Amino acid sequence: MTATDVGAALPKEKTDILPALLPALVALAALPFVSPSTWLTLTVAGLAMGMMIFIMASGLTLVFGLMDVLNFGHGAFIAVGAYLATLVLLPMAGYMQADSLWLNLAALVPAVLLAAGVTGVLGLAFERVLIRPVYGQHLKQILITMGGMIVAEQLLYALWGPQQIPLPLPTSLRGAFIIGDAAVEKYRLVAVVVGLAVFVAMMLVLNRTKIGLLIRAGVENGEMVEALGYRVRRLFIGVFMTGSALAGLGGVMWALYRETVNAHMGGELMVLVFIVVIIGGLGSVGGCFIGALLVALLANYAGFLLPKAALVSDILLMVAVLLWRPRGLYPVATR
Amino acid sequence: MKILSGDPPRSLLLSALLVAIAVTLALAPFLFPGAKPLNVAAKICVFALLVASYDLLLGYTGIVSFAHTMFYGIGSYGIAIALYGMGPTWGAVFVGIVVALPLAAMLALAIGLFSLRVQAIFFAMITLAVASAFAVLASQLSWLTGGEDGRTFQIPELLRPGMVFLPKDVLGVAFTGRTLSYYLVFAGALVLILLLLRVVNSPFGRVLQAIRENPFRAEALGYRIVIHRSLANCLAALLAAAAGALNALWLRYAGPDTSLSFAIMMDVLVMVVIGGMGTIYGAIIGATLFILAQNYLQSLMGAASEAIAGAGLPLLAGLFHPDRWLLWLGVFFVLCVYFFPSGIVGRLRGDRSS
Repeated sequence: MTATDVGAALPKEKTDILPALLPALVALAALPFVSPSTWLTLTVAGLAMGMMIFIMASGLTLVFGLMDVLNFGHGAFIAVGAYLATLVLLPMAGYMQADSLWLNLAALVPAVLLAAGVTGVLGLAFERVLIRPVYGQHLKQILITMGGMIVAEQLLYALWGPQQIPLPLPTSLRGAFIIGDAAVEKYRLVAVVVGLAVFVAMMLVLNRTKIGLLIRAGVENGEMVEALGYRVRRLFIGVFMTGSALAGLGGVMWALYRETVNAHMGGELMVLVFIVVIIGGLGSVGGCFIGALLVALLANYAGFLLPKAALVSDILLMVAVLLWRPRGLYPVATR
Repeated sequence: MKILSGDPPRSLLLSALLVAIAVTLALAPFLFPGAKPLNVAAKICVFALLVASYDLLLGYTGIVSFAHTMFYGIGSYGIAIALYGMGPTWGAVFVGIVVALPLAAMLALAIGLFSLRVQAIFFAMITLAVASAFAVLASQLSWLTGGEDGRTFQIPELLRPGMVFLPKDVLGVAFTGRTLSYYLVFAGALVLILLLLRVVNSPFGRVLQAIRENPFRAEALGYRIVIHRSLANCLAALLAAAAGALNALWLRYAGPDTSLSFAIMMDVLVMVVIGGMGTIYGAIIGATLFILAQNYLQSLMGAASEAIAGAGLPLLAGLFHPDRWLLWLGVFFVLCVYFFPSGIVGRLRGDRSS
């Protein structure tokens, strides 16, 4: 039997399309309540926010799926990434304010590389120092990583002070495209493009490469992968570092989106990230993507239509999803 | 023995410590007549109860909740809003308690049913999300909660400092309404902690411990995990709300910083870990040590910070600034979880297994 025959003999995996359509359904449901131009603006804003949250959350969900490690300190990497970016962007303010895309990029690219690189290395240290000793013990893991989160946040306060740091967008990313009556901010489109690129790259790596195959196999059944002679631990460290680096990248993007940096952004985003990961199903990258879009779209529509309700819209969404699917939209089989 | 539900401290030193703490707290208004020491004593009582109720979750049931301060806050705000809206009557206190406690229990039940069905790790994440949403909500609904300023209110006349039961010359210290409210807090905390001791040593408490040790086995023996965990969660929420109510009555104030902030959650976690998880007595020891340290060490930190700043090391001074209290608390907490997981009570009992 050739490999293709084996594949044909297996029952076809059922595709579960309904949850993937939810963001589109939510967007459509909001259409009658607002004018089309407002709807476009809100939808793009929601998509941009969702992409950024996805970038931050994807690492967390993979780390959990692969090694059953829930990192409550993930939010720290988000804030650290944003602060690291200010180290580059503030001294290079001249480049940022110049009216040239290339000069702007000359400041942005090193900032993003520094943020992602350093948070990746910090992720390695965090894993070694804090998580490894309590590997396999959920209770201690939660307590330790939460402690790590607090310490990291306080260190940011101690090093940079409690005040907000303004971080203006570079000139070429400021402003908006006018489509009909609707204004679509340039930076939001950039965020959507970057988010999609990260999602596609992640999907390609997970589905088309050997590393990805091992990661997916590790999520399904780590012991079996180990028994076949692969070092799941090493794989895990790689995933952990990548996840931390993505959190750092997300932090930079979020800081530019808000145009400020502060130390408690990590904790605030952490809550959103958790909600997204729960909605998506712990361990599932696709679910995390859908969850992030859902949360962000709903937050934007609710924020426009019923500002008070926006405070609890994500919690209500989470409750509704859990009522429908107690393990999240795309639960990972073995967990 | 019976009053301790057959679960004595099991260590001579521990018993001595507990007796010393209990006696000191019982006589606090007479031993330390000043306002600050009495505040510290009342805070110890309230937190001993709060931490003990958290211990029911973390130590006995083995689930991590980050929403415990939410329930504490519900109790505080219940009293505050009722007394603020209805005036300083006992009826208002009653209404506050009757509304807040069931509300806390219902909310705990709802959270539990959503998150405990699947796996305990969901619970930690969902409680974190719900608690932070609740904190935002409480600061936004300022017509109800007073927003960031919180609510200052009057308490019934019997509890006010102006009410003098025994003048100063009888006992050496005047027995005023303030003293009475201290004893209200003390007695409330004492009774509820003894109740908790009763709960954890009941068959129900044993099942909780069985679930903590091995959920599969407990389920196989016929105990419904979800129901037991949810009940424990509700009970802990009720007692936390009661602690919040006592705290609000003592402070005559409820606000985000004193009853809802995440810093309090961190304090509770530290207290339960240094005291010893799964012991109830640990809560008393942990709360006492921690609050004494907080009240007297934090000012020490300020002095250290100024000394270092004077020596020309601004960065180091920043690390020791009193506002960075939480930094050292976090470091201490992580070290405790690693190297001192059985806590003071576990160590005194000579239990090195956990």
